[in-house]
Amino acid sequence: MAEQKFVGTPRKATTHVNQNEGLIFEKSSPGKKAYRLDELDVPAVDAGALLGKSVRKDYGSLPELSEIEIVRHFTRLSTWNYAIDLGMFPLGSCTMKYNGRVNEAVSRFEGIADAHPYQPESLSQGTLGIMHDLSQYLIEITGMDAITLQPAAGAHGEFTGILMIRAYHESKGNARKKILIPDSAHGTNPATAAVVGYQVQNLKSNAEGMVDLAELEKLVDEDTAALMLTNPSTIGVFESDIHKIADILHAKGALLYMDGANMNALVGKTRPGDFNVDVMHLNLHKTFSTPHGGGGPGSGPVACKAILEPFLPSPVVVKKDNKFALDYNRPQSVGRVRAFYGNFGMFVRALAYTLANGYDGLRLTTEDAVLNANYIRAKLEGIFDLPFKTRSMHEVVFSDKLQSKNGVKTGDMGKRLIDYGFHAYTVSFPLIVPGAMMIEPTESESREELDLLIDALQQIAREAEENPNLVKTAPHTTRIRRLDETTAARKPVLRWKGPEQDGLTRDTPSKEW
Amino acid sequence: MRYLPKSPADREAMLAEIGAASIDDLFATIPAEYQLKRDLNVPRQHSEHEVMELFRKYSEQNATGYASFLGAGAYKHYRPVIIDSLSQRGEFLTSYTPYQPEIAQGTLQALFEFQTMICDLTGMEIANASMYDGSTGAAEAIMMAVRVTGRSGAVIARTVHPEYREVIATYAQHQGIPLSEVEYVRDSGRIDLAALDAALGDDTACVLIQSPNFFGTIEDVAAIAEIAHKKGALLIVSIAEAVSLGIVAPPVEADIVSLEAQSFGVPVGYGGPYCGVIAAKEKFIRQMPGRLCGETKDTEGRRGFVLTLSTREQHIRREKATSNICTNQSLVALMVTIFLTVYGKEGIRELAEQNLAKAHYAATEFGKKAKLLFNAAPRFNEFVIETSQAAEAINAGLLEKKIIGGLPLAKWYPELGENASLWCATELTTKEQMDAAVKAL
Repeated sequence: MAEQKFVGTPRKATTHVNQNEGLIFEKSSPGKKAYRLDELDVPAVDAGALLGKSVRKDYGSLPELSEIEIVRHFTRLSTWNYAIDLGMFPLGSCTMKYNGRVNEAVSRFEGIADAHPYQPESLSQGTLGIMHDLSQYLIEITGMDAITLQPAAGAHGEFTGILMIRAYHESKGNARKKILIPDSAHGTNPATAAVVGYQVQNLKSNAEGMVDLAELEKLVDEDTAALMLTNPSTIGVFESDIHKIADILHAKGALLYMDGANMNALVGKTRPGDFNVDVMHLNLHKTFSTPHGGGGPGSGPVACKAILEPFLPSPVVVKKDNKFALDYNRPQSVGRVRAFYGNFGMFVRALAYTLANGYDGLRLTTEDAVLNANYIRAKLEGIFDLPFKTRSMHEVVFSDKLQSKNGVKTGDMGKRLIDYGFHAYTVSFPLIVPGAMMIEPTESESREELDLLIDALQQIAREAEENPNLVKTAPHTTRIRRLDETTAARKPVLRWKGPEQDGLTRDTPSKEW
Repeated sequence: MRYLPKSPADREAMLAEIGAASIDDLFATIPAEYQLKRDLNVPRQHSEHEVMELFRKYSEQNATGYASFLGAGAYKHYRPVIIDSLSQRGEFLTSYTPYQPEIAQGTLQALFEFQTMICDLTGMEIANASMYDGSTGAAEAIMMAVRVTGRSGAVIARTVHPEYREVIATYAQHQGIPLSEVEYVRDSGRIDLAALDAALGDDTACVLIQSPNFFGTIEDVAAIAEIAHKKGALLIVSIAEAVSLGIVAPPVEADIVSLEAQSFGVPVGYGGPYCGVIAAKEKFIRQMPGRLCGETKDTEGRRGFVLTLSTREQHIRREKATSNICTNQSLVALMVTIFLTVYGKEGIRELAEQNLAKAHYAATEFGKKAKLLFNAAPRFNEFVIETSQAAEAINAGLLEKKIIGGLPLAKWYPELGENASLWCATELTTKEQMDAAVKAL
């Protein structure tokens, strides 16, 4: 089979057996059980008598199975996933690095996992201590003055940071009207500005894909609240004019917000606070190795300079008389952005990561991440078009310009990479690069794994020349092929509705396998 | 550093391939004045054992071995062991958002099962693939109602979790969404229906209630829905104690349900990560925030799942998106799905019934030593009592007996006085613990 499906030879991937598995609802039979409750030590109650008309009668299609069937169901599903634990995830902007397992172990210690958010502070010195210590280290790493851990993800951190910027301007008597956002930015940036009631003004990048200082100078005025800047930018390049950018903004009273999505390129080598960023968020699920979990949970702490400190969400952790406490007396706070204190379990993991690395490990991590990206760039430049030539940091952005003349697009090559045993790189982002192929290896890849990726992409480039159709119809070795996303969106089926009404689920999956 | 898979020779060889003389060459684009020339002031490298010991210390500085009667939006239920053994599989734990569906069918199918179970439990027709938590989910539900109705205001029951209301106020402040609050009736703890009716105007987009509400009281959702709908407003029901759905009728009269699913197998964990989710009537699908997983077929006709309707989302629509949310709570949604599969149709009912029985016993016993408030309406697993002394003083005494008492309410409900507190009993609260607490009152 493999001979017909490849021009070259995939070195990493081989045939993988995985099992068919229906939906959990299709496997259910009445009367099966996977639970047994404790013996009730208080008198039983008549729910109907206690709840009256509020008592529940119908339970829909909730499944009934035994424990072994449940274990097999989810284990089989798991084998259909690609994961960092299986190999490299070269997704640009996503920082898919190794998730240390000790982080998982310590997050399950009883005093941590079972801590109730409202238990007395005297019995929460450990959890408050974790928040305090992580906060101190993140402040040092970013070079900022203060921090909140409350935001639940990167976009939530952006929301918090822009709220603080707004509160700062309001305290000066004018909230201002607009936020400047480069055309290379993540989609969350403009969406965030809108939620905080700001107009979005697009900032065009210059020929190198960087902030155009002349354009910036033209656009910044007394109505500008802030610039939201990703640094290194989404093309993986450090904004060398960062101090001039900050100066232009500050001269007009505007602030500099940094999207810290790419912080993995900077830790231990430079600090945003030192290059005049006013407020930024971190993604603990990127830079600080908390697991991505198939799309979350994340955590998006926001660090800021002293001028913004009064506006941090309430509460903040403080240390008084050698005890940790929560300070709710924050009259200028933007308010609360999430119940309780944020995704606390992610703080535990991020702190464990920081301690395992230490100052020298954090720096070496950054250096390896940048070394890996530049190695890939050196090996693949010429095989793929490199639209911007400035020195890369932790990621490199190629384009499909050379391959698209044969009709092979970035998305096709991303899918084809799956056949070679990898996850796709980030496809078609940033938007300023037509046909973008954005590769971020992170520090977690050995030279051997990098060489396998490079080899795979070289072979794919050859296939794009010799048998473009093979690439355009990839992937060929996965348990399912490309999915009909148009029908999925046109006639959305978002839940299982039972075997009767459901034409789609009638066929057993993957017959051919 | 033990996580880094390179030998010194690898690094040298790679630098040579790149044509760089040293690693610092690769950082030359950072202006010299901003390059950090010193070590970060963070601790040295720690061995795995040292990390374990440090966190054991943090853990020991927290409460362990206490009986706790705290609920109020964070509930301790038993977590079957297989939740962690399955969700900790690297294929789930270390996978990315399923944007490449061909190699993410495991996550996608589990999310589809999650959405289906949430629909069944809440009585809604569609559910998204999760929100951050119940508080932000409630705020997003209000924004969704504003988009659906084209109206601007939201009327909120004062018995919605106080911290949820704070989050809603933060979200609403710059979006031109005026908020107003409706009081509760003192004998039942339920929303004041007459006051609700009076609070609704032509520009009210939605009514938000919580049921069981912050006092543990089950609201009359049908009556509230009728009042809201008569004025053309949508009804949003927030549910903070998801296990209640095992025995309490789902809020089918609502238009949108914002559920905090933490009770379904998610650690209390000092407040997070939890698992919000928004469920709604199908006609509101285009205004739903967050990710949606949908069923489709591949090029060979086999069933498969994809993230769908992404034109609502920020990575396509940018500033015109329905929300700025990107990363959600996927792995926690998986925990919820496994929990619901373990208990299933019968188990979720039995579990909820045990909670009901425990709380009924506790309320009855506490009622002998203190005044039980809000008796005129049914409750699930929480209740409010008024003690003869200040709740804080009572709790200080209980701590000595290794009991964490109920949550004092004066901070958020000063009208109830210093002596009122909110108590919770779940299936894990033993008769012995309840009797001990009552005795110590």
